[in-house]
Amino acid sequence: MSADTSAPATGAAPAEAAPGDPTLVGTTATRAERGGIRVPWRFIGGRAAFYLFTAWAAITINFFIPRLMKGDAVDAYMARSQGQLTPDAEKALRLMFGLDHSVPLWQQYLDYWGMLLRGDLGVSISTGMAPVGDAIAAALPWTLGLVGFATIVSFLIGTSLGAVIGWRRGGRLDVLVPVTTFLGTIPYFWLGLIFIAVFASVLGWFPAGHAYEVGVDPGWNADFIGQVVSHAALPVITIVIASLGGWVLGMRNMMLTVLDEDYITVAQAKGMPNRRVLWRYAARNAVLPQIQSFALSLGFIVGGTIVMEMVFSYPGIGLLLLSATNAKDYALMQGIFLVLVMAVLVANIIADIAYAILDPRTRQTEA
Amino acid sequence: MTTLEFRDVTKIYNLRGSGQLKALDEVSFTLSSHQTIGLVGQSGSGKSTIAKILTQLETPTRGEVLLDGAPIPRRGKGLRRYRQQLRMVFQDPFASLNPYHSIRHHVERPLRLDHVVPRDEVDAEVRRLLERVRLDPDAVMERRPHELSGGQRQRVAIARALASRPALLVADEPVSMLDVSIRLGVLNLLADLQREEGLGVLYITHDLATARHFSDEILVLNQGRVVESGPADDVILHPQDPYTRELRAASPDPEEFFRRRAAQTTGGAR
Amino acid sequence: MTIPAPHEIAQPAAGAPETAALLTAGSRPAPARTFRSQLRASLAMFGNRKSAAGLIILGVFVLLAVFAPWIAPYSPTAQHLDATLQPPSWQHLLGTTHIGEDVFSQLVYGTRGVLVVGFLATIMATVVAIVVGVTAGYLRGWRSESLSALSNVFLVLPGLPLMIIIASQFQDPPLWVIAAVLGLTGWAWGARVLRAQTMSLRNRDFVQAARANGEPLHRIILVEMLPNLMAIIASSFVGTMTAAVLGLTTLAFIGVIPVSNLNWGTILFWAQQNSAFPDYWWWYVPAGLCIALLGVALALINFGIDEYVNPRLRSAGERARALRKRGIDQNAAVTAVRTDSSPATTGSHTESTTA
Repeated sequence: MSADTSAPATGAAPAEAAPGDPTLVGTTATRAERGGIRVPWRFIGGRAAFYLFTAWAAITINFFIPRLMKGDAVDAYMARSQGQLTPDAEKALRLMFGLDHSVPLWQQYLDYWGMLLRGDLGVSISTGMAPVGDAIAAALPWTLGLVGFATIVSFLIGTSLGAVIGWRRGGRLDVLVPVTTFLGTIPYFWLGLIFIAVFASVLGWFPAGHAYEVGVDPGWNADFIGQVVSHAALPVITIVIASLGGWVLGMRNMMLTVLDEDYITVAQAKGMPNRRVLWRYAARNAVLPQIQSFALSLGFIVGGTIVMEMVFSYPGIGLLLLSATNAKDYALMQGIFLVLVMAVLVANIIADIAYAILDPRTRQTEA
Repeated sequence: MTTLEFRDVTKIYNLRGSGQLKALDEVSFTLSSHQTIGLVGQSGSGKSTIAKILTQLETPTRGEVLLDGAPIPRRGKGLRRYRQQLRMVFQDPFASLNPYHSIRHHVERPLRLDHVVPRDEVDAEVRRLLERVRLDPDAVMERRPHELSGGQRQRVAIARALASRPALLVADEPVSMLDVSIRLGVLNLLADLQREEGLGVLYITHDLATARHFSDEILVLNQGRVVESGPADDVILHPQDPYTRELRAASPDPEEFFRRRAAQTTGGAR
Repeated sequence: MTIPAPHEIAQPAAGAPETAALLTAGSRPAPARTFRSQLRASLAMFGNRKSAAGLIILGVFVLLAVFAPWIAPYSPTAQHLDATLQPPSWQHLLGTTHIGEDVFSQLVYGTRGVLVVGFLATIMATVVAIVVGVTAGYLRGWRSESLSALSNVFLVLPGLPLMIIIASQFQDPPLWVIAAVLGLTGWAWGARVLRAQTMSLRNRDFVQAARANGEPLHRIILVEMLPNLMAIIASSFVGTMTAAVLGLTTLAFIGVIPVSNLNWGTILFWAQQNSAFPDYWWWYVPAGLCIALLGVALALINFGIDEYVNPRLRSAGERARALRKRGIDQNAAVTAVRTDSSPATTGSHTESTTA
């Protein structure tokens, strides 16, 4: 590994090392502090490399799946859409599904990458031969709004609740832990169905599905926004209740570990108000691993949201995937998968940045 | 008579991104049977690096380690022989024993691996080793490490090290993690075993007093360099190097204290 | 300083209580290590109440699955066209579907589908997780990093869409294919946890001692390290099974898995297709409750294992409760001082925060 060239110029080098001499004589205890906040390039570089690798892996998986499976389904697909495709579109689909056996595999792979980089995801037969990209672009904002909002709400409520439960260990609030865990084992979709049955059909408090009233034109007016909110309420509530348990449990366990640390005892002994110790000392340190686990559970959150949209007929990616599956619209299914992977990667990057900002240790440790 | 020689050993670690760390700087010493060498130094002076090199967990960047004049082979029968000749007792009596297995398992494994005794004698040999370290075999053999005290665990570690009948023993701070009241017992056990088996012992420690009590010769290590070496009493009573002097001054000496007190009182009374 | 002669150590010296204990033959010999006692020790992690409760519930489901033909009154696909959409009655404990099938029988037979595929998928995923995770934890350098990157990729990729795409390529997949698809998305979490645990184990002195003794690699991993990983593996198994069951029922509900494989999700699929909502509650409520109940059982088992592994979780609540009984608030800023005569009411009242 090459030495960091900017370092020896600073005046913080130990006395034994000559200026510019990268070798430190001595022990781990005598390593010099470089001082100041450094941008953790190595950390960022490592994560960026991982995300690029994951994106490549997803694209490669997408490439190979149709080629590994038996071709019957794909042949039927092509037969159905015969005559409705432009020559370009047909060429793109044949490339995606590996139907041209005359072209060598590596050539097909490169062509596939070319197609993707042009933004061409093929055409979707179930939405009238529209480009896949267009169909996804229409549905994506609804999903992002729903899952983004619900996840943030669930995270905030769950970690706060977990922090309080952990603080009052052994108290009456402890009973909330098994309750929320039970709620978390209920399958998302079933809970959604029950809620629709109870709150929408029987009680009529909320609309039973869709993002807005049928036949209404979307627009930035108060009426439309009001409809969006009221239609989104039940799905959001369902997601929040179903996912609360995980956050509560994880936060509570982390709080118990953190509260055993000596610096909490010191803070309390200094006379710091309990509220401050709870939130600014204990919770702040306990929430760091939660952010990491949040990033890892994104895949699971995506799965849950997909099913939720199916149940509520919410016009997002999930519903699109369901109709594509039923129609055996493989081009659309694969396009959705790629878009979902990219979205999850972006969310992971955001979580990583948040973690790096919040945890001072990642900023310092470079060596 | 087995001899291990460290010859001008230097160990440099490459740190990720910010240069190198020289953990050992041209360290040389010779350890022979029937001899105890005390290696004294503070935390981070390179003591553990020497132990790691001796047990083949690290390799020197420069210099060589020779067993009976020949370099240590990297694999095969030669490496096996080296491993059988040099054993280590670790510092942490709890971490050095596998919490899942019985004491019998721990002492048995080296016997079986090195075929020290025929198979039907293994059980008797385990008992003999446990008695050697002054443990009651029946009380201890089927227990697991967490059921024993720290001193007992360290004795088991010593028994395990002796199982392959080595010529040389490396004791890496063997009593640092034990209660002060039982340290002497374990150290005396080591001294007895050294005398009776004719072992060569490298006793690594940060404690000057026990080093003097236990060793024939002392090496003082500071920041990877041997700053002083010689017979134990010479190094302790007449230190030449300033670092050794500081070390000695840092450890409280009751004789010195009372002598000074007496001198003051006498002076004051005049 | 003189070295005491061996015979001096033989007598228990006043300042050396330990040597006394070592030599007295009066100490009880350790209990013989029979297979049964070792088994009991290994199963200790399931000993507490939470684990026991979870295991009992799981056991009931297993019994249902095994003895389905004797427990279920009808065949799950037997139609009673004269009694369609009937609410629960003595003849049909959970009512009937739109073509008169007995919901209770469907539920009982459906348990088989859930448990068989669930166990199979979990076993596959756990084996892969152990191989990848332990190897990645033991090796160093690029080999370890690349295995870790592989498991991280599968962790980040959203599982359900991937499963949907793969499953929809098949017309009528056999059981083990479904299990393999579920396992494919479920192994990564266990591998990650095992890698972290193996890495920390690897640096423990007893592993170094085994290496220094010249133990061959396969013995180090199988005999020395694996037993210490048992609790983590058990916890990972239980967690993976929960995910597999949820995944299976979700895929069945969506309709991606052909309905020839009867499980609780298929029941919900039929209910949804035939407009069972909201009126015919007996059709859709029990299936979901069963999924939730199985999930609760598995979560309880996992709780039990967690408390066994991390005693801090177990005792934190008990300690606080015990303190509270004696009138001491654990979070009080002022430390209560107890005297033997008076109850410790002095400290607990003053919650003032004077420094």
